[in-house]
Amino acid sequence: MDLIFVNLIDGLVTGLLLFMLSAGLTLIFSMMGVLNFAHASFYMLGAYFAYQISLAMGFWMGLLLAPIIVGVLGAGVERYGLRRVHQYGHVPELIFTFGLALLIEEIVQFIWGKNNVAYNAPEILQFSAFAIAGNSIPAYKIFMIFISVSIFIGLLFILTRTRIGMIIQAALSYPRTVEALGHNVPLIFMGVFGVGTGLAGVAGVIAGPTLGTFPGMAFVLGSIVFVTIVIGGLGSLWGALVASLLIGWITTFAASYNIRFEDILLSVGFSMPENMAESPFRDIWNMTTPQIGPILPYLLMIIILVVRPHGLFGKRDA
Amino acid sequence: MTDQQITTDPAKPAQRMRAGGTTVTLMPWILAGLVLLVLPFIFQSNSALTIMNKMSITIIFALAYNMLLGQGGMLSFGHAVYMGVGGFACVHIMNASEFFSMLPLPLLPIFGGLFGMGLAMIVGSFSTRKAGTVFAMISLGVGELIAACSLIFVAFFGGEEGVSGDRTYALPLFGIEFLRQIEVYYLVAFWLMLSAILMFLFSRTPIGRMANAVRDNPERAEFLGYSARWVRFYSFTASGFFAGIAGAMFAINYEILTEENLNLVTSGTILLVTFLGGVGFFFGPIIGAVVFTLVQTVLSLQTDLWAIYAGALFVATVMFFPGGLAGLIMMHGPAAKLGKLHYLVLPYLKTLIPAGIGILGVCALVEMTFHVRHASIGSNEMTLFWTTFDSHSLMPWAVAVAVSVVAFWIMRRNLPELVAAWHQANGVAKDKL
Repeated sequence: MDLIFVNLIDGLVTGLLLFMLSAGLTLIFSMMGVLNFAHASFYMLGAYFAYQISLAMGFWMGLLLAPIIVGVLGAGVERYGLRRVHQYGHVPELIFTFGLALLIEEIVQFIWGKNNVAYNAPEILQFSAFAIAGNSIPAYKIFMIFISVSIFIGLLFILTRTRIGMIIQAALSYPRTVEALGHNVPLIFMGVFGVGTGLAGVAGVIAGPTLGTFPGMAFVLGSIVFVTIVIGGLGSLWGALVASLLIGWITTFAASYNIRFEDILLSVGFSMPENMAESPFRDIWNMTTPQIGPILPYLLMIIILVVRPHGLFGKRDA
Repeated sequence: MTDQQITTDPAKPAQRMRAGGTTVTLMPWILAGLVLLVLPFIFQSNSALTIMNKMSITIIFALAYNMLLGQGGMLSFGHAVYMGVGGFACVHIMNASEFFSMLPLPLLPIFGGLFGMGLAMIVGSFSTRKAGTVFAMISLGVGELIAACSLIFVAFFGGEEGVSGDRTYALPLFGIEFLRQIEVYYLVAFWLMLSAILMFLFSRTPIGRMANAVRDNPERAEFLGYSARWVRFYSFTASGFFAGIAGAMFAINYEILTEENLNLVTSGTILLVTFLGGVGFFFGPIIGAVVFTLVQTVLSLQTDLWAIYAGALFVATVMFFPGGLAGLIMMHGPAAKLGKLHYLVLPYLKTLIPAGIGILGVCALVEMTFHVRHASIGSNEMTLFWTTFDSHSLMPWAVAVAVSVVAFWIMRRNLPELVAAWHQANGVAKDKL
């Protein structure tokens, strides 16, 4: 029972982290209709910039400055890259962001090398907040939860309660009408792209110390983020939240409960093959949930796409 | 429908158009075959043969990929899976010694193709319902899934070390046991020709033509009575077949397959290759595969940073030449037809040579930065462009910056001349602009 609480908190941290990435990505998608493959790369850039800044000015300045730099960089990519490729159609846009992701990974390796860099949580947060049955929960995790939740609330407030949010929402559905009303729609698009990548940057800044800051970190998280927004329904902020938490919990629970397929197969009524070493199905018998945990999100996505192509909360087809 | 017969006379261009461009000129194919025959006599070293084999395999795979991306408009992020599974199946056939000893090696790729096709049929049955983003995402999911499975299902995929076989246990064909690299080269070249011809013919069949129609306007194709979904399914299956053949060639050439043949990196690379070559033309992926393999092997010998250059080249291609190299070549078609290609030669030299020098200058800067940041402490000497110097001194930096700036400045100055020459060569009068 206690373990469940620990896992719930761990899953929540992973899920909220995923949400910070997927929120920006899903906003960008509903705006431009294109999936930004380089989104996780901006997350990685956030972590590396924060590391570089924290060397000189400490963690908190990194938390403040790195997302801004990443956001400006993202806006630049939209203005000078995507807007240019947009005229060729959607597939080249997707390919462009894919190429950008490759390039950013190479550039990061070029500047900071191939190994982990020593980017750590600030000392002020390095204590255990509380303990559940002997499992101590680090204060940094609570801090991560706090930051992500406040960002979600802030985002929701801006999008639904302020004038700017209204214009953004209108521009998502009827860009031409909004333009005719005298708003600068390309600027709005650039701004949303910048804010979305900036959010990914925040995620990078706070995830870097716990998940490690290395050139492969974008690759590790990148495809999971797509899976998340596809499951949640492209363009839906709530869907992104639900899917992020779902994936966070599924992967955490699969990793910590060791259920062997042998037991499931036996209980369903299969009998053990007599010569296990020779049996072609031996791998199925030896499978455990921690082993297949990482692929569960992909399986979930394929099932969702086949059964319900617009995702859990999406209003239109992906 | 009228019962008027459309007669085709290939000699008359207008009728050739009406026949849908099905007139196949044989000349390029004969030339390609001759080149493939002669190449090993020109480049005799073993390393050259290795590169050529690699190139041929990449060409088959890239052509198969372009059946989806270029002809069917489906962007796949997990196509390495079909090649990989075809290859793994072939290695397992190699290891089934009783069966394999009755099978001539040149027939093995058929099995690879069938396995690739089988998997493509299973996946395609649900992934081809939609094109666009849904298709791309499902292909990504399936790709990741199977790549991850390769570490779980050790019996088939061999886990981390992969599975290996021995091609020489096959039934000898006319006494050839495929022990030597040159024999393998001709086997691969034979299958390259065969699959290239088959893929080209596929693009000329009604189903290949419908794939183009569905790519451009699925709704209209549906109104004409074609099921867009089934058209996509057939393209997908055919593409899986040829990807499986590429996998079989890989298995025959390297005799080992690992998780690397399935993962996202391989899938991404083939996308890069195909797009670099140009998706709009049948021969685009061939150019892409040749150029990419050369760049990869030659550059990776020279510098550790080759991937960064390849990435930059790719992004630049998407941004400025979405037609790829093939599109760039075909842009000169009209000028060539008008016989005005010679107008372009001098302006090209005047802009491209400075541009090349400028790019080399920037590369030098990049290399020096890398050396300063990552070389072991104390080793300040580096060798670049056949000169050895101290990377921590000011002089080489000043030279590199000066060379790049001057070169780019000259290029910019000569650019209007090129634009003017371009318009002239394409027959646009100046006053009409």
